[in-house]
Amino acid sequence: MDTHGHGHDAGHGHGEPTSFWRKYVFSVDHKVIGIQYLITSFLFLLVGFGMMMLMRYQLAWPSPPDDFDPEKMSLVRSTIAKIFGDKMEYGFMRPDFYNQLGAMHGTIMIFLGVVPLGVAAFGNYVLPLQIGAPDMAFPRLNMMSYWVYLVGGIVMMSSYFAPDGFPQSGWTSYAPLSIVAPPGQTVWCIAMVIIITSSLLGSINFIVTTLNMRAKGMTLGRMPVFVWAQLVTAVLLLLAFPVLEAGALLQLLDRVAGTSFYIPKDMMYGSTVFPAAGGGNPILWQHLFWFLAHPEVYVLLLPAMGIVAEIIATNTRKPLFGYREIVGSMVLIGILSFVVWAHHMFLSGMRTSLANLFVTTTLTISVPSVAVLTCLLLSLRGGAIRFNTPMLFALAFLPMFGIGGLTGLPLGFAPTDLHLHDTYYVIGHFHYVVAPGSLAALMGATYYWYPKMFGRKMNETLGKIHFWMTIVPMNFIFFPMLFQGMWGMDRRLADPTLQWHNLPVQGWSVIMLFAACVLLLGQIPFLWNFFWSLRHGEIAGENPWNATTLEWACPSPPPHGNFVTPPEVHRGPYEYSVPGHKTDYWPQDEAA
Amino acid sequence: MIKEDWGFQTGLPEAASSYAPNIDWLMNVLHVVMIGIFVVWGVYFIYCLVAYRARDGHTGTYHQTGEKASFIPDGLILAFEMWLILAFGIPIWASVKQSTPPPSESNNIHVIAQQFAWNIHYPGPDGKFGRRDVKLVSASNSIGLDESDPASKDDIVTINQMSVPLGKPTILQMTSKDVIHDFWVSNFRNKQDVVPGLNTNLWFEPTKTGKFEIACAQLCGLGHTQMVGNVFVKTPEEFDEWQKSQVAEKAGTASAAGAVAPSENRS
Amino acid sequence: MSTQVAETSTGISHAKLGIWTFLASEIMLFGGLVSAYVILRSGSAHMAIPPREMMGVPLATFNTFALITSSVTMVLALAAIKVNDMKRFARFIGMTIGGGILFLCIKSYEYNHKWHEGITLSSNLFGSFYYTLTGLHVIHVIGGILLLLYILVTGLNGAYDAHNHERVEAAGLYWHFVDLVWVILFPILYLL
Repeated sequence: MDTHGHGHDAGHGHGEPTSFWRKYVFSVDHKVIGIQYLITSFLFLLVGFGMMMLMRYQLAWPSPPDDFDPEKMSLVRSTIAKIFGDKMEYGFMRPDFYNQLGAMHGTIMIFLGVVPLGVAAFGNYVLPLQIGAPDMAFPRLNMMSYWVYLVGGIVMMSSYFAPDGFPQSGWTSYAPLSIVAPPGQTVWCIAMVIIITSSLLGSINFIVTTLNMRAKGMTLGRMPVFVWAQLVTAVLLLLAFPVLEAGALLQLLDRVAGTSFYIPKDMMYGSTVFPAAGGGNPILWQHLFWFLAHPEVYVLLLPAMGIVAEIIATNTRKPLFGYREIVGSMVLIGILSFVVWAHHMFLSGMRTSLANLFVTTTLTISVPSVAVLTCLLLSLRGGAIRFNTPMLFALAFLPMFGIGGLTGLPLGFAPTDLHLHDTYYVIGHFHYVVAPGSLAALMGATYYWYPKMFGRKMNETLGKIHFWMTIVPMNFIFFPMLFQGMWGMDRRLADPTLQWHNLPVQGWSVIMLFAACVLLLGQIPFLWNFFWSLRHGEIAGENPWNATTLEWACPSPPPHGNFVTPPEVHRGPYEYSVPGHKTDYWPQDEAA
Repeated sequence: MIKEDWGFQTGLPEAASSYAPNIDWLMNVLHVVMIGIFVVWGVYFIYCLVAYRARDGHTGTYHQTGEKASFIPDGLILAFEMWLILAFGIPIWASVKQSTPPPSESNNIHVIAQQFAWNIHYPGPDGKFGRRDVKLVSASNSIGLDESDPASKDDIVTINQMSVPLGKPTILQMTSKDVIHDFWVSNFRNKQDVVPGLNTNLWFEPTKTGKFEIACAQLCGLGHTQMVGNVFVKTPEEFDEWQKSQVAEKAGTASAAGAVAPSENRS
Repeated sequence: MSTQVAETSTGISHAKLGIWTFLASEIMLFGGLVSAYVILRSGSAHMAIPPREMMGVPLATFNTFALITSSVTMVLALAAIKVNDMKRFARFIGMTIGGGILFLCIKSYEYNHKWHEGITLSSNLFGSFYYTLTGLHVIHVIGGILLLLYILVTGLNGAYDAHNHERVEAAGLYWHFVDLVWVILFPILYLL
């Protein structure tokens, strides 16, 4: 509703602000907002990571051994026990606390961590630069979406102080469990509505900016893959998120206003009939939720693909293989992602004949994903590959996303999903896509665009240590999940050892904990590198990677308004090693 | 640090239902193909990293070839997937989920899930289920069985422990009293959400006697982890004997309690 | 402002493209809710539909008429600003706002009436959907009225003329959308 009020501040005409508050806090500059998103989403990622560490610790040793002596607890256990007080018993989690961490880990990582990082942080910072725009189309709206996101995040975290703590019905918040859950769930609904509002404001801005603010000569066919990825992502957010907003609204009303959208007739709660008229349908929530949440998977993935394409093109010193195929596949993924949602619901009680339809669409959507991966892989052929830190992360994305994508096959396939549904196999599958896949790409993006953001490069040695200490332990965390899931260990169990059929694969959980610890240690060089390089990194010029796209045509960091003179685009985005050209890269804006 | 009964197993657990071998076969085919694709990709990936590494005198090539050929893997994967769907996906799904064996020749059981237990309701020797009513639910009658219904007389209700005969399909008709649960026995390779206000079905024909664990696969609250039970697959003779003893036991307690019990249920 | 149109890559102004994009997401929002209603209406055995007399169809029909009229006056207001006729512009925007307020008044009477008849938010599934769908629509009407007031005030201060009325157009699109939502809600809630 607020879009039209801001048409006037579009593009040009607002001078550089001078006061500290206007410049760094309530800034309307897309670059400052991008960095605000970057820092905030990294903080949320850390919070989500911390929750994951606690859960892995719990899963490795879910219950006290027979000879457990509270007097002789390890330092780690006694510290955790002290911090979390009555939510734990001698550092062993109560099941409700485990459920809380599970729900919050998912919610934070997806809605407050990876999506804001991939879409809002890098999208905000890089997209206007890559299309040669001075700013976003609606700068004030842009500022608002950041602050709305921050408020949403704070509201979400504040649910900790609700009676019985965080929401505990999983990030999927299936009704009617979420309807009868403690008050934290109400906070979840409210926070989701706020976060969705922020996302919608952002996606409107991204779409209008991309379509309307391209520099002269920047035709759609000359846009970098990253811009295309952001455009498709924005459309997905725009069209999928309102449906979850509707769903969350109905859930909120069911919880606070006595409606019964998701509450069936005569539902019991404990030993009494739940006080509502009834007649609703719990599966309705799942439809509304997954209608968003499957496109959401691609919201997590597409920006990462775009980033990997940029980094690979730059560091192979050759044009990207199959630019049109990649872009076309991304658009196709975007379209198809709206017709696959019910593959999460094969066993939900939905009509079983629908499964065949959704199996078919699901396996069809794997084809454009394979196409993108194939193109990126073939892009390596004939290159002169530089192995710098961003490139390592981008390269790691390929096999990791490969595993994530391939393990999606038996899940999307209804007969094998009968066995694998709701097991750790699912967890392993999507973590491969999101963690060593998307998140690795986003790490790569941080190294890649850091020089543009801060004018200095990050340290390469520390970067490589960070790389190996991230990718290797991630595999030791997520691969054993596939074994556990295959054996039939369910997700979301506070203590898997209470089910005897899980014991033969319980050993893996101990290995996963150690891997998680290494992963934690591996992030220290990154954090150190990030802050140390602000002052001490090697000074980067305009174009430290000798890249071709427009973000490298302005100073590092770019001034207010970005380009000294409005750029003009003369060629496609990846003109590397053009025969006869004086350098091995030919920037988009360089006159012939 | 690692308890002695914890292990590092890989692969699938023991298969114990009639359709489990089909699903396992499909699972194995998929994984062999997945590993195959990954290895081929991986080898090519590593080859590229080595062969095209930046070094003195080596430059990138501008002209691309094989753009059309790159559609071959896409096409192959699409063809392979469509073949899988048509040849196995649809038939196996149809046999497991879309059709049930004739109830007259099967062992029929109602499952009423609640936080956090599985109530198992057997029709008894007469093969008829007694009426259930949510108004009759009480601490002693967790499924709200109407004892005044003649069909209820020989009904057996157990909690978390399910006995089924070997060599005969068992059909579960399931519903939930409160939130969504999911009935899942890993050895049978089948699971099904159990939804309040809705009846869902799951059938299986056990192929091995023994004890198999029932777990709840859908997060259902605090006690989700503890919502476990066992399926005891018995030989038909053992099963009949078990059923007889259960009915006799019920008759015994009913006569001991006298006529008070039914009226108590009414209140 | 007038130069802005030429500057954008697509030739469509930011405001217009923005409002269309926004409306696309609004369609999904109402689409999600309406399909939830349709699914439960056809699938739930417990959605008791109140008799038509109880719903007060004549009043709602009149309300539909009021809202459609306000859409017409919105079109006329835009036509007026396109020929620089400030007086007509202000009058028609005023009438549009008036139409919106009339709609809200009748709606609040209806709510009050229905609530006392026993159709409440929690009485049954139909009531829940009725108040949720129309309530969300009412919020949009209120938003639209505020927006039009803003347009009226800035317009009277001379913000728009024949070459510069992007925001009037955007506000108009939004208002037509709100109108359209009602035209969909009216039959599915009152008539079917």
